[in-house]
Amino acid sequence: MSEEKKQVLKVENVTMQFGGVVAVNNFSLEVNEGEIVAIIGPNGAGKTTAFNVITGVYAPTNGRVFFNGDCVIENFPRGKMKKLYKGENAGLYSHTLEPTPDALTLKGMARTFQNIRLWKSMTVFDNILIAKHARRTSNLFSAAFRGNRKEEAAQRAEVEELLSVVGLTDVKNELATSLPYGKQRRLEIARALATKPSLLLLDEPAAGMNPQETQELTRFIGQIRDQFGVTILLIEHHMDLVMDISDRIYVLDFGRMIAEGTPAEIQKNEKVIDAYLGVVDDAED
Amino acid sequence: MTQKKSKKGAWIALIAVLAWLGLVFALDQLIKPTDKLGMLLIVLQKGSVYALAAVSMNLLNGYTGLFSLGHAGFMLLGAYTYAIFTIPDKNRDTVYQYFHAVVRFSIPEKLSQGMGGFGTALGVLIALLLAGLVAAVMAYLIGLPVLRLKSDYLAIATLGFAEIIRAVFQWSKLGPVTNGSNLLKNFARVSKFKLELGGTKLSLSTFVPVLIATVSITLIVLIVNSTYGRAFKAIRDDEVAAEAMGINLAKHKMLSFVTSSFFAGVAGATLAMVLSIAQANNFKSAMTYEILLMVVLGGIGSITGSVIGSMLFVAASEWWLRGLDSGSFLGIEAPGVFRNGFRLVVFSIIIMIVVLFFRKGIMGEKELPDLFRRKKKAAPAGKEAAE
Repeated sequence: MSEEKKQVLKVENVTMQFGGVVAVNNFSLEVNEGEIVAIIGPNGAGKTTAFNVITGVYAPTNGRVFFNGDCVIENFPRGKMKKLYKGENAGLYSHTLEPTPDALTLKGMARTFQNIRLWKSMTVFDNILIAKHARRTSNLFSAAFRGNRKEEAAQRAEVEELLSVVGLTDVKNELATSLPYGKQRRLEIARALATKPSLLLLDEPAAGMNPQETQELTRFIGQIRDQFGVTILLIEHHMDLVMDISDRIYVLDFGRMIAEGTPAEIQKNEKVIDAYLGVVDDAED
Repeated sequence: MTQKKSKKGAWIALIAVLAWLGLVFALDQLIKPTDKLGMLLIVLQKGSVYALAAVSMNLLNGYTGLFSLGHAGFMLLGAYTYAIFTIPDKNRDTVYQYFHAVVRFSIPEKLSQGMGGFGTALGVLIALLLAGLVAAVMAYLIGLPVLRLKSDYLAIATLGFAEIIRAVFQWSKLGPVTNGSNLLKNFARVSKFKLELGGTKLSLSTFVPVLIATVSITLIVLIVNSTYGRAFKAIRDDEVAAEAMGINLAKHKMLSFVTSSFFAGVAGATLAMVLSIAQANNFKSAMTYEILLMVVLGGIGSITGSVIGSMLFVAASEWWLRGLDSGSFLGIEAPGVFRNGFRLVVFSIIIMIVVLFFRKGIMGEKELPDLFRRKKKAAPAGKEAAE
């Protein structure tokens, strides 16, 4: 299914229905390697739901997700493997492939959360160290009897390095929740990076930040893209940030995709202005 | 630097554990069970068993955040497994007086035929491990359906399991194995454990249960401080985040549940060893609540707390407050008030006071090394130095 360029993520006709509410309707998206792609849209447009489908939190009602060329999530249409006789897909077989989020993380997806979800009783250092657990090679016995000393030491060194990259070394022994808001966001990103992802999904990384913090974050996101070679998909309401760093933008409204394009195209798009941006006068810088 | 520190910490811990075991061994020789201080031995025996049970429950309830109340059930499995496989052949028929026993071999006895005293000890050890394994296998089977449940629902399901196990073990149809509702006795028990050195017999009746508990708790501490222990805590703190960071919830919950039940089984077996009897009726849900109380009193999420909690609990209920039941307490003679049952009234009040003044238990989430660290004011070194 993956032809052209090196595609990291491809979302194909994903629909997510909760009872009678269609949160995401026939949504498709493509993210190529090294890109920063943003999903924007008004509140309740289904952005976070789309994220949750991609990361395996929800099993979609219909649709497929490809990650690094492999089909990782599939509900075509939802149900057990059986031949379909009616409708547009007649003659094909229905499939379900519903991995849990941890399986996708192992494949190289990592995410942050809209309302920060750090491990509250633990230090900054431990928060990142635990994310390394997913990449362990030890089992319970070898870990208990410290047969994994080398691995553990390597992990600790990696965490130290990561801490210095995100600038949290000086607070590494403090409780995660005692950090100021902006640093908690950074910590969450660092924690996601610790799982060694190829795709990083950021859910409103600048939520609740002041303009100065937002600017810093914008730089920071660009920096981690270059430094870690990750591809980034983000949801954001701060238009300065989005227009500044995104290569492409998808706009959702009421679960439907209403526009797709480069920041310049999106800013001129009538539909987007109507639904979300409003009168654009100061979005230039 | 961290590496050096943790190595030093490990040595200190090892020396402390050895000193503790040496002390208990000495006490075992110095104090006769009939002495005035004889109660100390009983408190140490029972206290260490309960400490192990409490720590294993803490691993599940405190560290993984799975609220399970099936502990008595797993302890029962352990106690029965141990008892059934250590009753000497010649005693089989008197113990199973109403049934024809099916299991007709005793592991310590079989091994002692070839290896003497060492064989007996090895046999007891094997029976102990078997007790843990039976509990662990059962935990795996129960865990498959039950661990999908959360909080209160999990508690109810596991509580139900424990009650069912107790009823099944008393079922007369299973008499040939479990001796029905009659008790199992005459198996290898602590009062029989002796070490012969050059003609002098050294008592091991307190040392053995304390040794078992110490080794098991050390193992649990090692697990808790390993990468798996950290993953358990991550699940407790935020399941959604843990899953998103690549921690397989089903697998880790199962690991925690099975490990906890293994040690509960060992604790049950040790309890049978200490009490010299195994009877299903002793493993009521009240026992689970007692253990839960020890965990809560000591501090949920603190292993040191669980140990202190259970030692204090056992000491208070078995020893210090005894006088309240028998007429004189702290030199006060009041046979009219201090009668059977008054002890429990005072005990409940003490518990309420402790809970009121130590909201998070005696230790909170701190461990023993944390206390020393704070005294030395060695910066906020945090948990990492604990390896």
